Amino acid sequence: MSTKDFKMTRRSFSLRGLLGGGAVTVGMPILEFFLDANGKAFAASQGGGRLPLRFGTWFWGCGMIPSRWVPKTVGADYDLPPQLAPLQTLRQHINILSGFNVELGAKNNQPHISGPTALRTGDPSDNWQQITAPTFDVLIADAIGSGSYFRSLDMTADGNPRTTYSFRSGSAMNASTPSALDLYTKIFGGDFHDPNAATFKPDPKIMVRESVLSGISEQRKRFERAIGAADRERLDQYFTSLREVEQKLALQLQKPPPAVACVKPQAPGAMPPGTDYTDVQLRLANHKAMSQLLAMALACNQTKAFNMVFSESASDLRHAGNTTAYHQSTHEELIDRSIGYQPSVDSFAIQSMQAWADFVEALASIKEGDGTLLDNVLVFAHSDVSMAKNHDVRGIPMMTAGRAGGRIKSGIHIAGNGDPVTRAGLTLQQLMGVPTDTWGTDALRTSRPITELLA
Amino acid sequence: MRRTLLAATVAAICPGQLAHALPVQKDSAAQKQSYLRRLTEAQYRQSVADIFGGDIKVLGNFEPDMRVHGLLAEGTTRVSITPGGLEQYESIARGIAAQATDTEHWDKVVGCLPDAADKTGIRCAAAFFERVGRQLYRRPLQPVEVKSAVDDTLASAKKLGSYQAGLGAALAGMMTSPDFLFRVERPAADAELDAWSRASRLSYFLWNTTPDTELLEAAARGDLDTTVGLARQVDRLMASPRFNDGVRAFFDDFLRLDGLGSLSKDTTIYPAFSASITNAAREQTLRTISELLVTERGSYLDLFTTRRFAMNRTLGPLYNVPVASKEWTIYEFPASDPRAGLLTQLSFLALHSHPGRTSPTLRGKAVREVLMCEEIPAPPANVNFSVVQDVSNPNLRTTRERVQAHLNDEDCAGCHRKTDPIGLGLEKFDGAGQFRAMENNAAIDVAGDLDKASFVGAAELGNVMAKSPAVASCLVQSTYRYAMGRSIAKAEKPLIDQYKRKFAQSAYRFVDLVRAIALDPSFYSSPPVGDGGPESHGKEKS
Repeated sequence: MSTKDFKMTRRSFSLRGLLGGGAVTVGMPILEFFLDANGKAFAASQGGGRLPLRFGTWFWGCGMIPSRWVPKTVGADYDLPPQLAPLQTLRQHINILSGFNVELGAKNNQPHISGPTALRTGDPSDNWQQITAPTFDVLIADAIGSGSYFRSLDMTADGNPRTTYSFRSGSAMNASTPSALDLYTKIFGGDFHDPNAATFKPDPKIMVRESVLSGISEQRKRFERAIGAADRERLDQYFTSLREVEQKLALQLQKPPPAVACVKPQAPGAMPPGTDYTDVQLRLANHKAMSQLLAMALACNQTKAFNMVFSESASDLRHAGNTTAYHQSTHEELIDRSIGYQPSVDSFAIQSMQAWADFVEALASIKEGDGTLLDNVLVFAHSDVSMAKNHDVRGIPMMTAGRAGGRIKSGIHIAGNGDPVTRAGLTLQQLMGVPTDTWGTDALRTSRPITELLA
Repeated sequence: MRRTLLAATVAAICPGQLAHALPVQKDSAAQKQSYLRRLTEAQYRQSVADIFGGDIKVLGNFEPDMRVHGLLAEGTTRVSITPGGLEQYESIARGIAAQATDTEHWDKVVGCLPDAADKTGIRCAAAFFERVGRQLYRRPLQPVEVKSAVDDTLASAKKLGSYQAGLGAALAGMMTSPDFLFRVERPAADAELDAWSRASRLSYFLWNTTPDTELLEAAARGDLDTTVGLARQVDRLMASPRFNDGVRAFFDDFLRLDGLGSLSKDTTIYPAFSASITNAAREQTLRTISELLVTERGSYLDLFTTRRFAMNRTLGPLYNVPVASKEWTIYEFPASDPRAGLLTQLSFLALHSHPGRTSPTLRGKAVREVLMCEEIPAPPANVNFSVVQDVSNPNLRTTRERVQAHLNDEDCAGCHRKTDPIGLGLEKFDGAGQFRAMENNAAIDVAGDLDKASFVGAAELGNVMAKSPAVASCLVQSTYRYAMGRSIAKAEKPLIDQYKRKFAQSAYRFVDLVRAIALDPSFYSSPPVGDGGPESHGKEKS
């Protein structure tokens, strides 16, 4: 095919290379995460070499009741208090981080906001629109996410795309995919290439899309001239996003390395419009389906970073027919003196931990290399408060699951003894290769990673 | 998340001073004037329908719009596009382009093909992109832009083996470009907006969509730069039935009716409630507003007392009224009925309640924040709610008795005195907005007060609202912020005061307020007066 119609630009180079069947040398990111130290491709699921580093977060709202959640013993083989009972068979994979505090200094405790903003950005904020730093999951995705189809998969089981705790800035929220069907379509829909397919042929439709988007990139200078300084940052964000979509398309033009554990799942059924995901049983079901899809997305090398929300800060979960939902119960339910806690709050907390167990189980159920997918992933779970009744941000519950390819220990309980909660975020960033030695502001500033976790 | 955080954390509110927060920018913020407004989902959808036809399906999840100071319109100058968002926009654009260039739509949308006189189809594509590009970008395309789209068409056509598919690919690219996804406002030499940007501002303000051909031609002729020419276009746009779309878009944003889209109620407690109810409730409010403010050119303040509600068969049973017509109709409640005014519509009552019960606090807070532009602080973190909400206490049968605890506690009373006495006036409507005479077999007392005015029941509360200067003032400043997509600059306060006076003089006719803004040169000036100057344009600098 003639190439004379194409201008000599970055996009025409990429088209030309593909049209001519030759090697693509320009405008294509390298699939570095599939390469070993010698630059040779390997099959991730065959245990043949370095496995991709993957990281994700898992969020639930309204915390826990400390006397019912915090293990009495520290270190390995910690005990499982009633609210952690759902983790019975998974304990060896899960670390418990208790007693780490959000120190607010002179700032007000903004209910259900101070905790998660402090924990995710190192700086408590009155609302998400006011945060200045990216949440640390974004920093980690920037460090590890390139070269995969999705820089990050952001998901929520509550049906609302606005439910997310992942922000590049106060005005750049990473909206969530809100249902199992949406998630399936995003990952396994029309753009999906089975890494184990016998043959691979670059899709001309994708070549064309990449070429057309490159054409927009090339006009960046013209846009910059047309807009004012106040809008420069937003335009930069747009072009960064455009570049990521281009890179994703470029990857789709290359034969993906095989992934033995990857099996394209069945499409989940569509939920009727107006489905009420506040019902705890429906929520658990939607969340479980999404967790299994995510696990397969990881096994199929579609992403290396993810954020899953089970329930929002100030959890909206409820039982059908009850006038009082979880969040309201935390404030309103009287403590039953005979047992010493709020019984329905306790039951919602246990159901939240059941969801966490479902999530970890989904990752652990896929074999990868000599172990499971979970061994090659690190998931960080946390809530917005500890005791929701008074919005306590001391001892916000945190956990990790997985071994990150052997970088982190698992199965231990670490008591924070009032240390700043940011020690967790710092540790995770360092584990995932974000170059930082201190993190957080004011009383939350720390340069002490949780070394007990490091393998 | 913001939706429910707001809703959920205000079961009680707190000590501290109430801020009468007119969202006024600090001067330093005003200097960072934005000229880039991301299309809202509604604007995107309407623009696509106007350009390619109403039968084109827009499929996909949009990047959520962001509410700032109560308005999504203000968020449009804050947000950009995230990687996940752009992927969606690209996918939505491909879906639209594929339909627009399929055999069913080709003749209407494109209308030409390569032929003997135009073998490569260059001329056909160029003509198409010149015409459609002007509607998509809201300005004429530069020759280099047309050439780029034509080049994309031909290269893609070759690769895909189809001229139509090639043109579709180039069109999808155009619709993924910042020129389409953002309204790019361009200052002219005299520090006012250029004619195309004026046309855009006007069109999205009055119709919530891309400028039509006539408006673009008026812009091309320079009509919008003259008082007479501008007035002619403003009158034309406001006389069109499409002006309703613009008014509906404003009130949908101002009243935060998008919240109804994700509202759920406990259907065991409120069996009549469903997703179709929330959609109909939103439509009811917008139709009621259209009828009163546009068709009848009525007073905004009458919205709080009107007994004329838009009604359909879905809503009839919840209001206990018979609806014979299959279509929407206007139903007038008798003077003896407890329903009167916006605050007694389902949209307001259900949106500002809990999933399984009412909340005088949430309703009062919505009156203060949404309709009076005040700010109610969040409750203190360590508040004890258990008395307030102890629904099982036999001595506290009504919500009034329970929330009285707010007012007895001096820490709580500072704020709750501002909210609860308003909401208590609406207690005869349950959490789904249905009428009830009793609560737990006890009579419901609906006496309340708003600032210093006492009332008994919803109808009297509506009268108090209609007399409140804060209610009128809030509408004026919200309309202006909506039109400009930003906060009010300090230097603009005299302008806003002037609008308020005019609004009062015109008997609070909303259409007159809109017309005054649309005709005012300040609506088309670029930076807020005295707050930025040419250096904030950046055009010359880069």
